[in-house]
Amino acid sequence: MKLKDAAHLFRLAGVFGVGFLLFLVVRTQLVPKSFGQYGHYRGDALTEVRAQPISYAGHEACEACHSDVLDVKSKGKHARVNCETCHGPLAKHADDPVDVNPAKLDVATLCVRCHEASTAKPRQFPQVVSTEHSAGLACNECHTPHSPALEGGKK
Amino acid sequence: MNLTRRHFLVLVPAAAVAWDSVVAGTPEAAPNYKTSEHWWGMLVDIEKCIGCGSCVRACAKENNVPDGYYRTWVERYRITEMNGVESIQVDSPDGGMNGFPEVNEPGVKAFFVPKMCNHCADSPCTQVCPVGATFVSPDGVVLIDEKYCLGCRYCIQACPYGCRFLHPEKHVAQKCTLCYHRIVQGLTTACCENCPTGARQLADLKNPNDPIHEFLRHHSVQVLKPHLATGAKLFYNGLDGVVR
Amino acid sequence: MPTNGFMYPNEIELQWSVLIVLYPFLTGLVAGAFILASLERVFRVDAVKPTYRLALLTALAFLLAAPLPLQLHLGHPERSFEMYMTPHRSSAMAMFGFVYLWYLMAVLVVEIWLDYRRDIVVLAQTSKGLKRLVYRALTVGSTNISEQALAIDNRVGWIVTLIGIPSAFLLHGYVGFIFGSIKANPWWSTPLMPVVFLFSAMVSGIAAVLLLYMVLNRLRKQPIDMRCLDAVAKYLFYTFIIDFSLEMLDLIHRIYESDESFRSLDFMVHTRLFVSQVMIQILLGTVAPIVLLGVTQILQLPEIARKRIYALCGCLTLMGIFAMRWNVVIGGQLFSKSFLGYTTYKIGFATREGLLPAIALTLLPLVILWVLVKLLPPWSDAEAETFASSGG
Repeated sequence: MKLKDAAHLFRLAGVFGVGFLLFLVVRTQLVPKSFGQYGHYRGDALTEVRAQPISYAGHEACEACHSDVLDVKSKGKHARVNCETCHGPLAKHADDPVDVNPAKLDVATLCVRCHEASTAKPRQFPQVVSTEHSAGLACNECHTPHSPALEGGKK
Repeated sequence: MNLTRRHFLVLVPAAAVAWDSVVAGTPEAAPNYKTSEHWWGMLVDIEKCIGCGSCVRACAKENNVPDGYYRTWVERYRITEMNGVESIQVDSPDGGMNGFPEVNEPGVKAFFVPKMCNHCADSPCTQVCPVGATFVSPDGVVLIDEKYCLGCRYCIQACPYGCRFLHPEKHVAQKCTLCYHRIVQGLTTACCENCPTGARQLADLKNPNDPIHEFLRHHSVQVLKPHLATGAKLFYNGLDGVVR
Repeated sequence: MPTNGFMYPNEIELQWSVLIVLYPFLTGLVAGAFILASLERVFRVDAVKPTYRLALLTALAFLLAAPLPLQLHLGHPERSFEMYMTPHRSSAMAMFGFVYLWYLMAVLVVEIWLDYRRDIVVLAQTSKGLKRLVYRALTVGSTNISEQALAIDNRVGWIVTLIGIPSAFLLHGYVGFIFGSIKANPWWSTPLMPVVFLFSAMVSGIAAVLLLYMVLNRLRKQPIDMRCLDAVAKYLFYTFIIDFSLEMLDLIHRIYESDESFRSLDFMVHTRLFVSQVMIQILLGTVAPIVLLGVTQILQLPEIARKRIYALCGCLTLMGIFAMRWNVVIGGQLFSKSFLGYTTYKIGFATREGLLPAIALTLLPLVILWVLVKLLPPWSDAEAETFASSGG
C-alpha cells in the first residue's frame, strides 16, 4: 500500500481533527465559568436560588414587634398557629411597617377552612358544622382568634 | 395606633431585627451558613394534617407558582372496605389549595397526604438530566438551575412522585426547592411556617439537636415508593400502606 | 383536562408529545436501513446489493432529519448545545448525543464518502456551477481514483461497516434505554426495552428500504430485481419473527408476574390504547405482515402477487412500528403513577408540537433523500441518465 493512495484518508482525518479542535476551543468559551465548582452544575446557580425574594417574614419577625399579641396567643389554643397562616405573607409589612398595612381578613372563609367538620379530618381536631354552630353569627363574635377558647377568650 | 415614646423605643430595634431577617435574601447577609453543616429533609405527620391547604397557598405565594401547577399539593384518600376488599378513592381539587369539600362518611377511612419533592439522596431526576441543570446541593436539597435547563422534560418523566412540572412561561422544569432561599437564613419553609397543626416540619438530619431528627429516631416513619430506593428524605409518620 | 380517576396534579398534562414519538421512529428507520446495507457489505448477501447505496442514503436522510422534532420540543432549543458542552455522564440522553454524532460522522458519512468517492471525483470534473463546488469540497482536494486507492477505500469501508453494525445497534438500543431505564414508569422500565426497540427499528428500516426501492424503480421506469426484493422480504420476515417474539415475551411476562402496576396498565391497554396497540400495532402491524410474508415464503406465488404483498406488508409494517412508538411514548404518560387514574392526550394541529409539524417532519427526510439521490445517484451512470431524463 503506497502512502499516496491513502492520502485522501489522511485528508479526511485532518478535516475531522480540525473539527474536533474547533469544538474544544468553542467549548472553553461556552461553558459557564462556575460550572463544576461543587458538582456537575453551575456553582452560581446556588447563589441565584438563594437570592429569591422572601414573601413570608416568619413568625419571629412578627413577634419582634407584636409581643403583646404573642403574650395572648402563646397561652391559648392557637399558640402553634403562626401569624401569617391567617394574615397572609407579610414580609413587605415587616420591611416597612408604617406604609405597608396587612389586608383585612375574611373571617367567614378563614376559620371555616380549618374548622369545618369533615370525617376526613382527624377526629380529635376541633371541628364544627358551621351552618348549625353559630346561628349565622360570625366566628369572631364569640371567639377571639388569637386565643379562641371560650373560657378565657370571650369578648 | 398611638405611638408613645416607650413604644417607639421598643419598635426601632425590633424593626431592625425584622429588617435583617428580611433583607438576608442576599448571601452576603447569611455568611454563617455552611452547606457542609446541614442535610435537609422534612417530616409530614399524617395524623395531624387537616387538609386546610394553607401549605399549598403559602408555597404558591412564596414561590410564584403558576395556576394549575403545584410545587406541593394535598391528596385526600378515602378507603371503603367491603368484605375485606378495599376500594380507594383519591382526590386533590386544585391541589387542595382551598381545602376540600366536607364529607360526612362515618364508616370510611379517610386522611390527607401532603406531597412535594422528596429531595432524594439518590435522586433519579438528577441522574437523567442531560446537562446538569438539576442537581443535589451539598446540603441535600434538589434544585433546578433555571438559566441552564433546556426544557427537555426528562427529569419530569424520571420523578416517581409527580412533583415536577414545566413552567408554562419560562419553559424550564420547576419543583419544590425546600424554600432554599429561606432555610439558608435560618427561616423555615413557607409550607411549614404556615401549617397550623405542625403536620409539616423541616428537618436537619445533620443537626443532632434538631427535634425532628430526634422524632425520626424514636418513631416508625415511612417514605413513598421505598422499593425504588430513591433515598427520599420526605418522611411520613402514620402513612397508610395504600398511599402511592 | 378530562381525567378518569386520580392523577397527581402535575401528571395530568402530557410532557412528551407526538414529536417524541416521531424521533425514535426516524432513528429506527436509520438503524434498520443501515443493517440492511451491511448485509451486503459484511455478510456478502449479494442479492440485496441493488439496495445498498439507497439504504445508506435513506439512513443519512433520516438521521439528518431526526434531531428536528427534538429541537421543536425543547423549552429552550437555543441551549441544546449544552448537551455537548457539559454532558451529564449518568444521563442516557446526554450520552446519546455522542452516540448520534459518532454514528453520523464516523460511520455513515465516512462509509458513504468511501463508497461514492470515485463518483464524486468524476462528478467534480464533469459538473458545472454550484454543484461543481459541492463535489469539489467533497473530494477534500484528492482526485486519486487509481485501482490501489479504490482498493484501500474498499478495505477501509468494510472495516467501517463492520464497526457500523454494533454502532447502529447502539444508536437505537440507546433510544430504547432512554425509556427502559426510567424506574419511575412501569410501562417503560424493562431490560427488554432496548432490544425491542432495536428489532422493531430493524423491521421498520428494512420495510422502508423495500418500499423506497419499489417506488423509486417505478418512478425511474426500471425493472425491479425480484431476486433482490425476495431477499429483502425474507430478511424482513425473519426480523419480524424475532421482534414479535420479544414483544410477546414482554406481554406474557407482565401478565404472569402481575405486579402492582399490572391492573392499571391492563385497563389502559383495553381502553385508551385499544385501537393503537391491539388493532394497529399487534394485529394490522405485526400479525398481518408476518402471516402475509410467511405465505410468500411457503407458497410459490407469481411475481405480481409477491410485489403487491410486499408493498402492502411494507406499509402495514411502517404503520405498525409507528404505532409501537406511540404506544410506548404516549401510553407511558396516559396512566397515573398512583395507579388510580388516566388522562388523555390532546394533540394540537398547527401548534408547535401538533399534528402539522409532525407530518411535515415525517415528510422532510423524504425531501432530504430526494436531494441526496440527486447529488449522489445510487445507480450506475447509464441508469442515472435514464433517471435524469425521466424528470425524476
